[in-house]
Amino acid sequence: MEYYDSKDLKRFNEVGDFSKDLMKKFFDYYNAAVGQDGALSKREKALIALAVSHVKRCPYCIDSYTTQCLESGADPEQMTEAIHVAASLEAGITLIHGVQMHNSLKRNGAL
Amino acid sequence: MSQVTVLKQQDNTQDRTDEAKYNFYKTLSDKQIDLAATKIETLQINITKLCNQTCLHCHVDASPKRKEQMDLDSINRCLEMLASNDSIKNLDLTGGAPELNPHFDYFVREARKLNKHVMVRHNLTVTIDGNPVTGESKEYLPEFYAENRVEVISSLPYYQQYFTDKQRGKGVFEKSIESILLLNNQGFGRKGTGLELNFVYNPVGAFLPASQESLEADFKRELYKKYEIEFNKLFVITNMPINRFKQQLERLGAYDEYMTKLVNAFNTTAAQGVMCRSLISVSHDGRIYDCDFNQMLEMDIVMDHEPMTIFNFDYKKLLNREIMFGSHCYGCTAGSGSSCGGSTA
Repeated sequence: MEYYDSKDLKRFNEVGDFSKDLMKKFFDYYNAAVGQDGALSKREKALIALAVSHVKRCPYCIDSYTTQCLESGADPEQMTEAIHVAASLEAGITLIHGVQMHNSLKRNGAL
Repeated sequence: MSQVTVLKQQDNTQDRTDEAKYNFYKTLSDKQIDLAATKIETLQINITKLCNQTCLHCHVDASPKRKEQMDLDSINRCLEMLASNDSIKNLDLTGGAPELNPHFDYFVREARKLNKHVMVRHNLTVTIDGNPVTGESKEYLPEFYAENRVEVISSLPYYQQYFTDKQRGKGVFEKSIESILLLNNQGFGRKGTGLELNFVYNPVGAFLPASQESLEADFKRELYKKYEIEFNKLFVITNMPINRFKQQLERLGAYDEYMTKLVNAFNTTAAQGVMCRSLISVSHDGRIYDCDFNQMLEMDIVMDHEPMTIFNFDYKKLLNREIMFGSHCYGCTAGSGSSCGGSTA
C-alpha cells in the first residue's frame, strides 16, 4: 500500500462521507481562517501554514502551501525563513524541556 | 515517412487531444458568454523575433538566433492603417526585442507624428547588451523613448534577483536595474513627467499569479527601498500554456494540473475583458491574428478563403469576425484575468 500519495489530497472530501455536516463546518472554518485576507494577508497566512506544515510533517500541506505561498507572491527566501522560524521554535521547545529535566534531577538529588 | 513528419503528426494528435479535453468554446457556451470583437483600438505588432535574451517562458521562442524581421514596406503599410483608421489609437510594438528591428526608430517616430499612443515591450537589457548580431549599441534608447513620449512596458519577473534570473537568464536582474535607473533618470516613472514606465510580472513556474494590487505594492516598496526605483503600474499576467512554457509543463509532468487549475479558475468577468475583443496582432510577415498567442500558434484569420493580412486589411470585416479560441485562452480568463495590460477583472 502507498502512503502519502499526492493524488490523495484531492480526495479530502471523502473524509466527510460519513459525517457531511461536521466536514462542511470544518471546511467553512478552514476557508474563513486561511483562505481570505483578514488582519493578516493571505500571504502571511500561507507562510504560517507552510511553517506549521513542516512542524506537523504533512507532505500534502507542504505541497499545497508551497503553491499557496507562490500564488500569494511569496518567494523562496521568505518561505525558507518561515521554516527556519518553525525549526527554531521546535529546537526551543525541545530545549525548554531541559528545565523540566533539571527539576527531575533535583527531585532525584542529582542537582 | 521522415522522423520530422512523425513527430509533427504526434504533436498534432496531442494538440487535438488537449483541445478536446480543455474545450474553451464549450465553457463559453455552457456559461452563455458571447465574446465578440467590440472595437479595434490597438494594433499590436511583432516586428522581430530576434532578442538578446532567451527567456524560459517566452511564447514567441525569441532568441539571438532568430532572424525574422518586419520589412520597411510592411511597416509603411501599418503606418497607412494607423493613419486611415482613427479608432486605432494605440500602436503596441513587441518582439523579440522590438528595438532590434532596423526600422524601429522610424516606425516609432512616424507613429508619433500620427498622434498615436506608442507602447514598446522593452526588455530593459537590450539597452545594456546592444544588438546581439551586429554589436550595435542601444544606449540611446532611454533618451529616444523620452523624446518620443513612448509608454515603456518592461518584463520584470520579481523585485529580487533569484526569480528574475531564473526566468530570464543569469545576470538579467542586475542589468535590468541598471536600465531602469537610466529610464528613471529620463523621468520615466517619476511623478509629474507624464512618462509612463510599467512593469510586467508573470510567475516563474507552474502557478497562478498573486493579485496585481498586492504585488504592485511589494514591487514599489522594495524597488524604492533598495534602488530608489520608481514606476507607474505593475501588470500581472498568467503564463500561457503554449510553446516553451507548455514544453516546460510537460517536462515537469504538470501540464494537466496547470490546465485544470486554469479551467477551475475561469472567471466570467475576466473573460469579458479579454484583449482580443479590442486588439489585433500582426506578425513580422504581415499576417493578422486575434492576439499574440494565436499568432504564435499560427491560428490565421481566414476571410474569403485568404488569410487576413495588412495588405488585404478590412476594418469592418475584421470587426465582424469570429474570434478564434483554443485551450490556451483559459490563461486569459483565470482568476483576475490576464492581458497585455495586466488583470482584466
